[in-house]
Amino acid sequence: MITLNINGQAHDVDADPETPLLWVLREWVGMTGTKYGCGVAQCGACSVHIDGAVMRSCILQVGSVGDSKITTIEGISATNSHPVQVAWLAHEVPQCGYCQSGQIMAAVALLAEKPKPTDADIDEAMTNICRCGTYGRIRTAIHAAADAGKA
Amino acid sequence: MTNSIRLNRRHFMATAVAGAFSLGWGASQASAAAAPGELGIWAVIHPDDTIVVRIARSEMGQGTFTGLAQLVADELDADWKFVRAEYVTPEANYASKRAWGDMSTGGSRGIRGSVEYVRKGGAVGRAMLISAAAKRWSVPEAECKAALSVITHTPTGRTLRYGEIAAEAALLPVPTTVTVKDPAQWTIIGQPMKRLDTVEKLSGKQVFAIDVKLPNMLCAAVAQCPVFGGKLVSFDAAKIAKMPGVRHVLTVDDHTVAVVADKWYLAKTALAELPIVWDEGPNAKVSSALIAELLKGGLDAKEAGLGQKIGDFATGFAGAAKKVEAVYSTPFLNHATLEPMNCTALFTPAADGDRVEIWVASQNGDASLAAAAEAGGVKLGAVKVNKLHLGGGFGRRGQQDYTRQAVSIAKQVPGVPVKMIWSREEDMQHGYYRPITMAKMTAGLDEKGNVTALHARISGQSILAYLNPASLVDGVDKAQFQGWAVDEFGYMAIPNLLIDHAMRNTHVPVGFWRGVNTNQNAFYMECFIDELAHTAGRDPLEFRRAMMGKNPKHLAVLNAVAEKAGWGTKLPEGVYRGIAQNMGYGSYTAAVAEITVSAKGELKILRIVASTDPGYAVNPDQIRAQVEGSFVYGLGAALYSENTIENGRIAEGNFDNYEVMRLAAMPKVETVIVPSGGFWGGVGEPTIAVATPAVMNAIFAATGKRIRSLPLKDQDLKRA
Repeated sequence: MITLNINGQAHDVDADPETPLLWVLREWVGMTGTKYGCGVAQCGACSVHIDGAVMRSCILQVGSVGDSKITTIEGISATNSHPVQVAWLAHEVPQCGYCQSGQIMAAVALLAEKPKPTDADIDEAMTNICRCGTYGRIRTAIHAAADAGKA
Repeated sequence: MTNSIRLNRRHFMATAVAGAFSLGWGASQASAAAAPGELGIWAVIHPDDTIVVRIARSEMGQGTFTGLAQLVADELDADWKFVRAEYVTPEANYASKRAWGDMSTGGSRGIRGSVEYVRKGGAVGRAMLISAAAKRWSVPEAECKAALSVITHTPTGRTLRYGEIAAEAALLPVPTTVTVKDPAQWTIIGQPMKRLDTVEKLSGKQVFAIDVKLPNMLCAAVAQCPVFGGKLVSFDAAKIAKMPGVRHVLTVDDHTVAVVADKWYLAKTALAELPIVWDEGPNAKVSSALIAELLKGGLDAKEAGLGQKIGDFATGFAGAAKKVEAVYSTPFLNHATLEPMNCTALFTPAADGDRVEIWVASQNGDASLAAAAEAGGVKLGAVKVNKLHLGGGFGRRGQQDYTRQAVSIAKQVPGVPVKMIWSREEDMQHGYYRPITMAKMTAGLDEKGNVTALHARISGQSILAYLNPASLVDGVDKAQFQGWAVDEFGYMAIPNLLIDHAMRNTHVPVGFWRGVNTNQNAFYMECFIDELAHTAGRDPLEFRRAMMGKNPKHLAVLNAVAEKAGWGTKLPEGVYRGIAQNMGYGSYTAAVAEITVSAKGELKILRIVASTDPGYAVNPDQIRAQVEGSFVYGLGAALYSENTIENGRIAEGNFDNYEVMRLAAMPKVETVIVPSGGFWGGVGEPTIAVATPAVMNAIFAATGKRIRSLPLKDQDLKRA
């Protein structure tokens, strides 16, 4: 039995330690906001925070997480009130929405590290794949969230 | 055109059985008795004023869920803040002989294919509400006015909220004739309303098909014969029987095996250890090099299907002062929706007839129902389809192969819901690929640089020959010529024109990929036109303008994009422009790209300006979103993506070797919407046709190199 700290709550899971955290979240814990897109850390749909740092949970073995704090999209805010979510809504970022959990997790981590990111910072941090093509709005919304945070 | 046929022959038959096509807006055509507050069949108004608009098409990101609701709500004179949307179920559509029309969502037809009947559906509701209010007040209907979800009796100023009168209105007969508004009266159509499906997508709460959870549900991972056309011979289930969570190892169809386990991760892990024997069949030696040779043979073949003939090419070409010839090519491309193919199915045996229920992301609810019935061996009326928003479609989810597989698995585990998910690798290697084609472009110019003759010979694979051979006309795939009609490419002033197609089919499944054949054809045509402009020594914009005088809509979008981009103005050192235009899916589009190419040959796209005339613009912000997305999807393919064939199978497995556009490489897209009115054009697909040629033409301007073979990553842009 492995005990995980997910969004501030303890969860006991009976999974092999080599199981990727992504599948433990989705299938053992039942939290499906974190998405499967590639399984090889290419697309970022599975992005979560481990002690605040963004990680791709599809290649992260659950046995390696220990007592680190896991934050998933469900833990960002209870009411879509995080500045990133607010900016995402204001700028109508999502299309199909499938990648957006991961995009939001990457953006939240970026802003935590760099409250006023440059375009180059955004280029470097936002490597998640979006097939619908919301990249331009993601960039705009990150700048907007940064401005809101500053105000 | 292409997209009017979405189903392969087997499905088409099954769907045809599903009932005569009848578009309706009245309750009389639906079998269900009117629900409280149900006004006709498209809208239900609750006592709290909430308006539920029913949506028959699928939402895959393109915004149709919102756009269709706008069409109904405007005719209802609704207050938008009360509007919600929900899917019509395919079983209700089947039971009512398709009262809600065509559920197929492709060909950029979501809005333009529904616009007439859904607006009438809204107008019916408004008429019923006014009628009910007039009755309650015992006044003439003509004295009552509807606006913002309130009916006002104008002489007295009395008012009723829609929520107060809807239940009474629902009891009235549904009008058989209604008039829809004149565009000048629109208050919701044409406005940038916020999408109705955003909030849940910000918090992880949106349930996609892959997220479905049901009591006692098992999960399935599948392996399909890696070589297309190959078969499953055998597998050794005993080898994995004791692995964690494994419940069943099943034959799904003649080329697919499934491992069913407690969890998908366990199923996938066990599947990787399953010994499987395939019969790879006759295609196991096919390679991309062989396919290229096949296509090259078509470029000069005597036999070719005719697409378009004006004047006489040979005569016009023989007398030309200058002659230009170029060969272009494009690869196979997977759709790579970010949500891999998946479907959950429950097969329930019963004495009075077996039943099937599915949970699916589908671009065609009607076809999903038919596929589930066929795979389950049950009656069409014994299927229930739960449509979930799609994690990307792009044409892939019009096919129902994954639906059939899920039902086939579930049928072998009766009474237990089974969620089947394809791994990314399975998804990458078992698609319906954008077809591979080549084109030999030949043209003659007179002394003044006017085009006297142009021949486009396409060689390559036909989508319809694979998906629906019955739709070929004398062996010719007319859809192959999508974009090659004069009113599509827009150049009226070519006196001698010949467009033909040497069909060269491979064993690789092909299908409709966002933009379909306009992708390849506009790349070939618009880059070649650029070559001709260069040969003529003329400006690419001016050269195009001179050839399209009688096509004012083409000219208008071209001028709009040129003006916004500042075509002809001085650019910073090292920055170059390219331009392209096209008409497809009923809409006119044009684009200008600004780029640099470094000394090392690295491309940087700095700016994209796009213009589009879709006739009427239902939601300008969602049109902008679709234009932005068209460049990401189109340029990702043009710059990075290709599927190649090795030993009969797709060589690429994941996003590490099937690269796509990412944020850092994508510039801002500036969209100019120039709706000229009078027609309803598509939005999701038209713009993708101009994305690639605009950038490739800019690369020529920067480097003098013509990019005639995609993707760009295989080309060297270093200056000689």
